[in-house]
Amino acid sequence: GNWGKLAAQQMLSQDDLLDFDTYGNVSLIHVTDIHAQLKPIYFREPEVNLGVGRNKGAVPHITGADFRKAYGIDDGSPSHYALTYNDFSALAQGYGKMGGMDRVSTVVNSIRAARPDALLLDGGDTWHGSYTCYHTEGQDVVNVMNTLKPDAMTFHWEFTLGSGRVRDIVNDLPFAALGQNIFDSEWDEPSEDFAPYKFFERGGVKIAVIGQAFPYMPIANPGWMFPEYSFGIRDQRMQEMVNEVRAAGAELVVCLSHNGFDVDKAMAGRVTGIDVILAGHTHDALPEPVIVGDTIIIASGSNGKFVSRVDLDVRDGKMMGFRHKLIPIFSDVIEPDAEVTAVIDEQRAPFEAELSEVLGRTSDDTTLYRRGNFNGSWDDLICDALIEEREADIAMSPGVRWGPSILPGQDITREDLWNVTSMTYPNAYRTEMTGEFIHTIMEDVADNLFNEDPYYQQGGDMVRVGGMGYRIDINKPIGERVSNLTLLKTGESIDPSKTYVVAGWASVNEGTEGPPIWDVVENYIKREGTVSVAPNTSVDVVGA
Amino acid sequence: LAMGTAVAAAVPFKVFADVDADVAAFTEGAEIGEGGITLVAPEIAENGNTVPIEVDAPGAVAILVLATGNPTPAVGTFNFGPLAGAQMASTRIRLAGTQDVLAIAKMADGTFVQARQEVKVTIGGCGG
Amino acid sequence: MADNVTPRIRVPREASAGETITIKTLISHPMESGQRKDGDGNVIPRSIINRFTCDFNGQNVIDVTMEPAISTNPFLEFQAVVPEAGTFVFTWYDDDGDIYTEEKEIAVS
Ligand SMILES: [Mn+2]
Ligand SMILES: [Mn+2]
Repeated sequence: GNWGKLAAQQMLSQDDLLDFDTYGNVSLIHVTDIHAQLKPIYFREPEVNLGVGRNKGAVPHITGADFRKAYGIDDGSPSHYALTYNDFSALAQGYGKMGGMDRVSTVVNSIRAARPDALLLDGGDTWHGSYTCYHTEGQDVVNVMNTLKPDAMTFHWEFTLGSGRVRDIVNDLPFAALGQNIFDSEWDEPSEDFAPYKFFERGGVKIAVIGQAFPYMPIANPGWMFPEYSFGIRDQRMQEMVNEVRAAGAELVVCLSHNGFDVDKAMAGRVTGIDVILAGHTHDALPEPVIVGDTIIIASGSNGKFVSRVDLDVRDGKMMGFRHKLIPIFSDVIEPDAEVTAVIDEQRAPFEAELSEVLGRTSDDTTLYRRGNFNGSWDDLICDALIEEREADIAMSPGVRWGPSILPGQDITREDLWNVTSMTYPNAYRTEMTGEFIHTIMEDVADNLFNEDPYYQQGGDMVRVGGMGYRIDINKPIGERVSNLTLLKTGESIDPSKTYVVAGWASVNEGTEGPPIWDVVENYIKREGTVSVAPNTSVDVVGA
Repeated sequence: LAMGTAVAAAVPFKVFADVDADVAAFTEGAEIGEGGITLVAPEIAENGNTVPIEVDAPGAVAILVLATGNPTPAVGTFNFGPLAGAQMASTRIRLAGTQDVLAIAKMADGTFVQARQEVKVTIGGCGG
Repeated sequence: MADNVTPRIRVPREASAGETITIKTLISHPMESGQRKDGDGNVIPRSIINRFTCDFNGQNVIDVTMEPAISTNPFLEFQAVVPEAGTFVFTWYDDDGDIYTEEKEIAVS
């Protein structure tokens, strides 16, 4: 489409975006999975986000036109751009970037103007994901978030800063650090470093906020970085905590969760007495709550792109009703909070030269994005770089869901590259694997994504593969999903007994050797100058 | 995603013949019923080298625990004395891959009951 | 003998007569399974804690037979009845013949 910037933005105003008929006596504000994105970004939502079992075809597992139809979103509208992937680069020209914590602050302030004692709750994955976050060990994000005055937070990628650093930050945090499922791994007792819940008196209502950290931390991330802690879903203890806070007089029970959406739905079916689950981790943005029994589940997107506001009418210890809005942060429309802008700029100032260096640019037909169950063009580019720079047959890139997008014909700065690669275990390994082991890895990761039981789902996407094609039947059991592994450069089938050179990054194993992935990709982009990524046709998906 | 040095098998192991021998040695061939014993283990192990398990069989004199997919399935036997406050115990075990953990309790009257629980040992996922 | 084998125990300091209490024990020990190989391909010999007992005033609480599938730094949690004031005796038996013993007193209110 040809949406002129002005025409598109005339459809939007800050007043419209913030318009909300204040309701009931309690307001919750939810942000989650910011991944250290302090400044506005582009972020393309997924085209492929498949559900399995009972969640097949259920939100958040619908995308594109189906999603717009389900929620009555007009083609070309602001919500089309914010919530679906189609026409992304064209609409992005008109509607501009999204997010920015100074804009988020304006939204939070406006909600607090209407409801001064609104609770601001951060679902985690906050202190991770940028150049400045890496170099300050999360301090830049902590400083900025503190200006927003959150009331509580839970955790995931934060732990990859190392448990010592997490404790240092948490000790000085002016708000509650929660996780009922964070245990001392030595004695198998609730960790004393994180409270399970916190009580708040707001609007005359006694509110309990129970934290639920990411359950699969030592599996999805390097457990050796936080050996003192054990996690897990621990839904029985969640029930005990709900019973405990109810017995202590809680009239409203809120779970600030980093389970992932389908796990939250399953947990809501097993644990009774939770009124609101604020969901995170799987990066879904939903314009309406999903209701399971008496529990409403709110999904607030990622990367600072959205803020959820939930107003509740709580009377006689019961949630009588709610009003909800997923507020998209159109950064050209929402006025930045100048105080917060200044704090952001202050964090970035020491790194400005490194951040802004242009490494190359995208070609006119290439959008770089990450989200999608099987591939994203950013990951295709990273895999191309790994194969070239590490002289490998096959490349593997983790199916993480964070990382903003780059439009066609746009400069790629070092900051952009770090936004999709920054982590504390970045080493690009080069190793030999048998065809059989490659197949085992593919099956293992596929089961973490497509197991019918949500409690087995870890909330990432499929490992991205370069140099190799495959077929996947998502409805089969582990060991039978992945077939037809093909080495693309020769067209030959992968031989289970043969050995292949595999390059990858983000291994959870301690002592993994190799250059950091950002150096590998930076060299590649600089050499290419203009990067072009052809559509990925090497994954054949069955059973979607 | 865990790639590089450690090679943990993710597909289910075959059950080793030693399991039958270990069971027979404990039960002396008696029939094994269900119910009256609880085995708690995680659906997914955070770390296959240290998987928490809990067994509980009110009235048992001993509980045998087997990791049916380990090359050597025996894990241990809890024998309860007169001052046991409950016939329950927790420990941490090594699992060489996705498999069933099996617990068999010998009750005071000489009968046996069992419980099993699958534990998935995964190479690792990637994060949202 | 294994190096730095240190037992640690969590027992309440006091209980009421006849109360059931939870006891947790940890002992730092590599629990070498006998199934691993060293860099030269030689099997590393098995060296584990093979038995653990807990007694109170001469009566047994629990007696555990342990195999190489028990994790490094063996952890045990169990329940004990405390009929009167007295002393818990915890004993770990090492493959190499070493025996490690710890005692904990408990008062009855
Ligand atoms: Mn996460
Ligand atoms: Mn996230």
